[in-house]
Amino acid sequence: MEFETFADFIAMGKHGPYVWSAYGITLVVVIANILAPVIRRKGLVEEIKRKAKREQLES
Amino acid sequence: MADPLVSQPVQAEEVPSMWSGMLAVMKRDLLIAFRQRSDMVNPLFFFIMVIALFPLGIGPEPSTLQKIGPGVIWIAALLSTLLSVDSLFRQDFDDGSLELALLSPQPLFVLAFGKVIAHWLVTAIPLILVAPILSIMLFMDGDTVKVTLYSLLLGTPVLSMISAIGAALTVGLRKGGVLVAVIALPLYIPVLIFGTSAVEAASMTLPYAGQLAYLAAFLIMALTFAPFAIGAALRISVTSQ
Amino acid sequence: MFESLKRLYHKFGSPKYFYDITGRMLPWLVALSVLLLIPGLIYGLGFAPPEKYQGNSYRVIYIHVPAASIAMSGYMLMAVAGVVVLVWRMKMAEMVAKSVAPIGASFAFICLVTGSIWGKPTWGTWWVWDARLTSMLILLFLYLGVMALNAAIENAQSAARATAVLSIVGAVNLPIIKYSVEWWNTLHQPASIRMTSSAIDPEMLYTLLSCIAGFYCLFAVLVILSTRCEILLREQRSSWVKKLVGV
Repeated sequence: MEFETFADFIAMGKHGPYVWSAYGITLVVVIANILAPVIRRKGLVEEIKRKAKREQLES
Repeated sequence: MADPLVSQPVQAEEVPSMWSGMLAVMKRDLLIAFRQRSDMVNPLFFFIMVIALFPLGIGPEPSTLQKIGPGVIWIAALLSTLLSVDSLFRQDFDDGSLELALLSPQPLFVLAFGKVIAHWLVTAIPLILVAPILSIMLFMDGDTVKVTLYSLLLGTPVLSMISAIGAALTVGLRKGGVLVAVIALPLYIPVLIFGTSAVEAASMTLPYAGQLAYLAAFLIMALTFAPFAIGAALRISVTSQ
Repeated sequence: MFESLKRLYHKFGSPKYFYDITGRMLPWLVALSVLLLIPGLIYGLGFAPPEKYQGNSYRVIYIHVPAASIAMSGYMLMAVAGVVVLVWRMKMAEMVAKSVAPIGASFAFICLVTGSIWGKPTWGTWWVWDARLTSMLILLFLYLGVMALNAAIENAQSAARATAVLSIVGAVNLPIIKYSVEWWNTLHQPASIRMTSSAIDPEMLYTLLSCIAGFYCLFAVLVILSTRCEILLREQRSSWVKKLVGV
């Protein structure tokens, strides 16, 4: 471990805010990219089901 | 007498060569442009006005204007190319002549090439001719004016070719204008860099032949490859109707 | 060898096969990316030695460099998929190309943001018109152009073919743009601090390699997730999708 204490690890010598904000923004973007297809998939599945139901009612 | 029941070998009609097809398209486009001059004059007015706005926005000090001059002229040329290119294929698309061009015996990219050249002659040549006057108004001196002329002469065809790709891709869409800008602007960057730096080098009495050589290389590359991309893009836009 | 490759290519061209095989690959890829990324990032943040001149701010490198590399190769992947779309008219390539664009753009965005955050303690400003940052910005613009064109055309197939042309043109231009920006940069600012000027420590290097590999796996996961949605959308009329959804 490069850092003596956990507080040191958070502070990163004076560069804590820079390093942690960079990692935080990356995390947010990656999570958004993971969630987007998951949410979209849910919507798609529901839409396909609804369409199938409507077709059944019509026939 | 030929027996009507026996099918005669069809006399192969003389198919006009690729060259004559291209020339015909060029001639037609030039004629149309001279008949309705607004398409030709408006980009020129735009070019002049944008350049005239810079001293008003930044201040009339000769030293500042001299410094930003090359960049201003090049960016104005770039924007006016972008503005004029929207009309390049639109009319032909609307009246159906693009579909006919698709069916013609000449390959599409040759006809598209002719159209782009005609467009360049009509919209860029006046702009290049006015540029020396404008560069004098931005306090550039003798050699710099000459290099501005050369760099525009080599660079604007590349810009026309690139923006023609954008125009061909978006011709079937109703809101093409801004989209062409978003597509084409990043691709303009090499021309912008070498064009302005040629003029800047001349203004500092440094050798500028290298930058002009790069522009010429871009021109050759664009002339070689861009017509194929334009042709492919037109085919996609027209057939996806 | 060639025959089996060709068969594999044709198999991957079928949306159903692609959906099935990626469904089976996905857990492994997720595991691999977690195994490479989490230790790599933790080691990079806490254990790797600080850089001689930049202290701890250099630790951003463990996301900045992988993001840059992925943004570049994402564009290349899109262009290759574009060639497949135009030459062989493969439907799967259309869907992959469409899915890659926003993900590649997000990685270009990550690279720009982390670069600018890293620049603040290193150069003293948030933004420097450094050659690499500038060409990454242009790459982001190219991605945005592709996405805008794709969104503007309604018919999915013609949208895919139009963006294929654009991404191929962009990929041909990319080396020229990169070279011109580098040339322009040496002209205008002779000496700026290079981000990785000092020889890289082997400990840093292995950590960085692990992060790069991990981010590539993550990129693959993201592309697969998004492509599978695209498959469901495009193939919703087919019987296998209906069975899958449970209609």
